[in-house]
Amino acid sequence: MGKILGYIIGDIVRNRIVLAYTLILLAFTLGLFLLEGRPEKAMLSLLNIVLIVVPLVSVVFSTIYYYNSGEFMELVLAQPVDRTSVLLTEFAGLALALVLALLIGVGAPLLWHEQSLLSFLLLLAGALITTSFVALAFLGAMLFRDKARGIGLALLLWFFFALIFDGLLLLALYSFSEYPLEKMMLVLTMLNPIDVGRMLIVTRMDAAALMGHSGEVFREFLGSAQGWAVTITVLLAWTALPLWSAVRIFRRKDL
Amino acid sequence: MIEIQELSKRFGKTQALQSVDLRLQEGQSIAFIGPNGSGKTTLIKCILGLVHPDEGHIRVRDTLVSGSFGYRRHIGYMPQVGRYPDQMRVDQVLRLIRQIRRPASEVSLDEELIDAFGLERFRKKRMHTLSSGMRQKVGAALAFLFDPPILILDEPTAGLDPLSNELLKDKIRRQRERGKLILTTSHILSDLDDITSDVLFIQDGRIVFFKTIEALKKETEETRLSKAIAQIMKKEKGDG
Repeated sequence: MGKILGYIIGDIVRNRIVLAYTLILLAFTLGLFLLEGRPEKAMLSLLNIVLIVVPLVSVVFSTIYYYNSGEFMELVLAQPVDRTSVLLTEFAGLALALVLALLIGVGAPLLWHEQSLLSFLLLLAGALITTSFVALAFLGAMLFRDKARGIGLALLLWFFFALIFDGLLLLALYSFSEYPLEKMMLVLTMLNPIDVGRMLIVTRMDAAALMGHSGEVFREFLGSAQGWAVTITVLLAWTALPLWSAVRIFRRKDL
Repeated sequence: MIEIQELSKRFGKTQALQSVDLRLQEGQSIAFIGPNGSGKTTLIKCILGLVHPDEGHIRVRDTLVSGSFGYRRHIGYMPQVGRYPDQMRVDQVLRLIRQIRRPASEVSLDEELIDAFGLERFRKKRMHTLSSGMRQKVGAALAFLFDPPILILDEPTAGLDPLSNELLKDKIRRQRERGKLILTTSHILSDLDDITSDVLFIQDGRIVFFKTIEALKKETEETRLSKAIAQIMKKEKGDG
């Protein structure tokens, strides 16, 4: 499988979209740190960009790449290889290439300016959000044979997790504002990988002080080793579960 | 070598295969013939494990196809025109499949077609820049490369120039003499004449007949396969 992985990574790294993605991330990150005097503020802006752009590019690019690899899959699967390992190899290739783009585009300039725990956490969250949206893209692509519909679903997934989910959460918060919902919010937040990533970082920033009682509960939760472990596990599960479901469907799929 | 029992497959509303029963032996060269959409490619894809049948079983050399993949080392497959990854170079395709199928140290590969088709000259070209005939040459070279006991060729001669066509047919003939099982689909009946021993006629997912060439020609009193098939198709229509 190493040979297939090598070929896929080589193919993606030379892809112009991935190159453009890396350069745009690089430009944003450098620009923010050069233009913004206070690193904390730059960090907050960078966080917001990463949480919007990274899932969008990961899910859409992976979906398109999966559909375009149809002939490649057919060629490889007519050989004595196992379907599961072919799909996992393609996942690994995409995830590695996109995480690499993130590490070069955001990681390099970030660590040059700020070698802090916060920088490290931002990269960790970005990397795990990347892998989970690649996995979600695969799961979505299993549902439709048609490429246009598949891409539509990918955009919808991004739209839901990046925007709609938080809207619904706010709505719930206002509707039940008489009740103590902090613990509940903590649980609901876990249902969105982008929010888990955001939580991981924001609670370490001074900005968390503006978040009132909920912020306090979140801080306390993430302050404990246990809470920290739970959060990372949840983020990993956001990669593992969609990927596992995609593999299950792929094994029975007609090519 | 290949045993198919009660194979059925449905795609939405269309019944692609309906209770297909077949036993294919070594030394046979079988032409799959039938109108477009009759189920030929679906049957091939079921044997390769690319399509999962709704009912029935396939055994390749006594291995049940569903759930296993190792049996595919006995098969060389040449897909239809156009089913190749566009961005790969010819040498990348060859190298990748070679690396998947056997570790470097193992013995002889059958590179006869690579040489005969002069693929070396195109090795740095990407697949999408090649003409359909040139892609067919890559596909054929790949199918024969590992000297497998079973060859599955989907429309092998489509788009090939006369010289390459003869080279490929000669290769197929010699492989058959060596006791291999060869499955070919084609609409160009004249190409099948001297490379096949049996004809399997499929229509609407059912096997209409499975006969040796000699029997067919005797029955219809024709000497050419294309004429014999045409006569049978006419008769089928008349009966229906």
